[in-house]
Amino acid sequence: MRVAIIVFPGSNCDRDMMVAIETLTGRRPALIWHKQTNLQPVDLAVIPGGFSFGDYLRCGALAAHAPIMNALLDHAARGGAILGVCNGFQILIEAGMLPGFLTRNKELKFVCKQTSLAINSDASCEFIKSLDSSEKLQIPVAHNEGNFFADPVTLDNIESNGQVVLRYVNEDKKNSGNPNGSLNDIAGICSSNGKILGMMPHPERAMGAGHESADGKKLLQSIFEAIEA
Amino acid sequence: MRITITIEKKPGVLDPEAQAINKALSSLGFDDLQNVTMGKQITVSIDTDNKEHARYRAAKMCESLLANTAIESYTIEINEPS
Amino acid sequence: MNELIEMGFENAASMGLSKEEWERVCTHLGRLPNVCELGIFSAMWSEHCSYKSSKKWLKTLPTEGEHVIQGPGENAGVVNIGDGLAVVFKIESHNHPSFIEPYQGAATGVGGILRDVFTMGARPIALLNALRFGEIDHEKTPHLVSGVAAGIGGYGNCIGIPTVGGEVEFDASYNGNILVNAMAVGLAHSDRIFYSAASGAGNPVVYVGAKTGRDGIHGATMASTEFSDEIKSKRPTVQVGDPFTGKLLMEACLELMAADAVIAIQDMGAAGLTSSSVEMAAKGNLGMEIDLDLVPVRETKMSAYEIMLSESQERMLMVIDPSQAEIARQIFNKWDLDFMPIGQVTETNRLILLKDGEVACDIPLAPLVNDAPEYDRPHISPKIPQEVPAHKLIQDISISAALKMLIGSEDLCSRRWIYEQYDSHIMADTIIGPGSDCALTRVYGTNKALALTVDCTPRYVEADPYNGGKQAVVEAYRNIVAAGATPLAVTNNLNFGNPEKPEIMAQLVQSVTGIKDACEFLSTPVVSGNVSLYNETAGNAIKPCPVIGMVGLINDWQNAGTIALPSKATLFIIGQDATTNSGWLSNSIYAKSLAKHVGGAPPQIDLEAELQIGLFILGCYQQKLVQAAHDISDGGMLVALAEMMLAGNHGADITLPNTLDPHSWCFAENQSSYIIATKNPVELRCNAEQAQIPFIHFGKSISTQELKISNGDIISLDEIRDSYETGLSNRLEK
Repeated sequence: MRVAIIVFPGSNCDRDMMVAIETLTGRRPALIWHKQTNLQPVDLAVIPGGFSFGDYLRCGALAAHAPIMNALLDHAARGGAILGVCNGFQILIEAGMLPGFLTRNKELKFVCKQTSLAINSDASCEFIKSLDSSEKLQIPVAHNEGNFFADPVTLDNIESNGQVVLRYVNEDKKNSGNPNGSLNDIAGICSSNGKILGMMPHPERAMGAGHESADGKKLLQSIFEAIEA
Repeated sequence: MRITITIEKKPGVLDPEAQAINKALSSLGFDDLQNVTMGKQITVSIDTDNKEHARYRAAKMCESLLANTAIESYTIEINEPS
Repeated sequence: MNELIEMGFENAASMGLSKEEWERVCTHLGRLPNVCELGIFSAMWSEHCSYKSSKKWLKTLPTEGEHVIQGPGENAGVVNIGDGLAVVFKIESHNHPSFIEPYQGAATGVGGILRDVFTMGARPIALLNALRFGEIDHEKTPHLVSGVAAGIGGYGNCIGIPTVGGEVEFDASYNGNILVNAMAVGLAHSDRIFYSAASGAGNPVVYVGAKTGRDGIHGATMASTEFSDEIKSKRPTVQVGDPFTGKLLMEACLELMAADAVIAIQDMGAAGLTSSSVEMAAKGNLGMEIDLDLVPVRETKMSAYEIMLSESQERMLMVIDPSQAEIARQIFNKWDLDFMPIGQVTETNRLILLKDGEVACDIPLAPLVNDAPEYDRPHISPKIPQEVPAHKLIQDISISAALKMLIGSEDLCSRRWIYEQYDSHIMADTIIGPGSDCALTRVYGTNKALALTVDCTPRYVEADPYNGGKQAVVEAYRNIVAAGATPLAVTNNLNFGNPEKPEIMAQLVQSVTGIKDACEFLSTPVVSGNVSLYNETAGNAIKPCPVIGMVGLINDWQNAGTIALPSKATLFIIGQDATTNSGWLSNSIYAKSLAKHVGGAPPQIDLEAELQIGLFILGCYQQKLVQAAHDISDGGMLVALAEMMLAGNHGADITLPNTLDPHSWCFAENQSSYIIATKNPVELRCNAEQAQIPFIHFGKSISTQELKISNGDIISLDEIRDSYETGLSNRLEK
């Protein structure tokens, strides 16, 4: 499994993602600096979380125009797999590689907490095929702008194409499971070809061994299995 | 009466966001770029025909909430109802 | 000359110098200083940089120990944790700026303390904070809490360092003067620590990071009549944090240090370029020459004075190895940061500054640093109040009703509303985050973990400064021990009012003495710290608040404790039994919150008992007898137990002894004790008896979600949780 992690100035989950992937695959992913203009062939490109370019202007907006992004678009055009987590999800949307928008959390505050996620068994995303969709995933979020929004037509398309991959669910009846007010409780969506996954929760922070949950590990494993299949 | 309020960082206050945008635009090839500033524009409507009163009320809004006067300045523009 | 000195004093006074200090400046120079030179003297001799009121007492603190690599005097303290690694940490206040502009004040406080840590060559791995606000119902409090929490998160989350713990208190004495203390912890290779002493005359002095603006220029100048016309149009502005640039600066500095290019490095914190250049040169017993026209600025027509005293953020000063200069430049280019050689190290022992081709400053360094004033300010012993007897405080309500009120009060309720705004998991090494006794952060790449806590109980310190100072240390100690970690060392942040008042000075003197006695006894030396004085509004001083930040070590994080009550466990109190518990309600949260009685003697501290009980708990951990542990502090035993139940989501059944009033037993704040949940009650009891540690078996966890008390009182866990979780949000968002 050849994995590249794209690093922007202000990325700050690059090391965590590298450690998580190396633990699972036994191979250290390459860290690719945003000023590079080409990307060696890889099986998976990951855009990690963080505050690329300080989240200034709009989250992900400045990173979406960085030199490496053309190479990433080429990778996607060849049907390559991409995972964007948190700020990575925001960058993929700003780059036009995923539909919709991510705006300020409903409470207008940064939110860092464990969330419970339902896997959409109808999703047209191979990455989750080996997961048991009757089980909920416990994976934490940490973001300021994870409130997914799309116009009604786009939202309808996303839903009917099976592009919604993960939704926040309500585990106990007291609190809403949705931490940010996202439409249809969307936590993660994929591209129409199912090869690009953007998600707000951080799987690299749910790897067991001291973390509250090991479900992020399950999810990453499932992604690798799908790519290798 | 429609009022447009513009809020900007006071001169001399570091504006990291504007700096980051400046750098990004430069790297996209806008070499004639001289300066970038950023602000917020807020539009409010006030039930009055009196311009001075409208300006006074808008200034109150800025002082009490809209602008952080420790680091931000504001300008008020009165738009007559069309 | 004397006449000129007379005349010049007005300027000096406006910058905060006393008559005697002003005369000393003139004597050292043999002439009158210019504005820039005067600014430099007043900054270096300010309370903030010179510690002139507290130094005499700070010197009494224990600063050495077998693990200490670097004590106070550098950017941060350094303690050996084995395997070639060291933990680097410090706490610092940003009280006044946070009251003026809470978001930026708190954000730049976090940025500043992070720079102190990575300046030493350490990668920061954790942040904590100790916050004090006014009464929760005060009109300004919700705004200040929101702003400070957002600012701490805004900086820490963006730069990517987890905020793992802290404490928050509300008290009327902070209505006009909040306290924002931030602690940063980093990891370094113990043989690759970087210091601030310059060396090698001729070596280049390099400015790196963000550009210099007129941010936060020496506040004292504002009052100067002499400069007011010139300065008004260029008003010193609030410092604005830029965590994005801070992140780039951190990565660039760590990369540069790894490349062996750095000879000396100093953060430009308080008093900016002034303190960094003076300290680097003076510590190296050398001089420095700087051309101020080369300093990267973002505003026009900045004077020498302004450049030297600007407190713009995200800047560093370094002396670099000239043979590595090109590598250094490339690293900073990569990170898009300014890298500008602005001068050189000299052998003159003088600070010489050039501006517009002329000498703008030429002062000898030795007096600036070595002859800084030091005062032995008068202090009068405070009258220590008597213990308020429990019977005067006990309320005629049920235990469960009292518990529900206490745990929902702003003193004890969950801080979730605040800490969920902090990224506490980034770096993926947080084992225990906010909301526990202490935080636990894994040492990357090893099995070790660091236990981290900040503590102080200002109401105790106010009533009895000596015991209050001791109590801050022992509570931190207990928090570390409760997690199964060995306490290593301390950083402190001394927040007091005006030291020129003898009663305030007495608070400082006595609480420092208390800290000294406790740190000596518990072998936890003080390796770094900060002093914040003059915390007053309209002549009213804050409650004294000497915050203790403590770091402990656990060799295998898998053996670390939790406060979460497991099922089928037996509950013990270790450190007290039914007869040694005196039912100390005086000056407790129970007294304050339910009896509305403030003041009275705080609980007494027995350091010998504290140490023996602490060692006993660590012994129990080694024998794997501890399934959960929590120290007993604010709110007393039952509040501690309720927190364990909430964390573990299990009920408990407890028995009240008949030796004490039930309220005293449940809510007394007697010190030196812990609640332990164990699955090996026989062994635990046997060990305690053998070690002659007082203990009592007082209950067990149960399968139903409720607290059952032997007097028939019962309350559901949901009801406790509801009170605990909504205590803050209900009152801040109303």
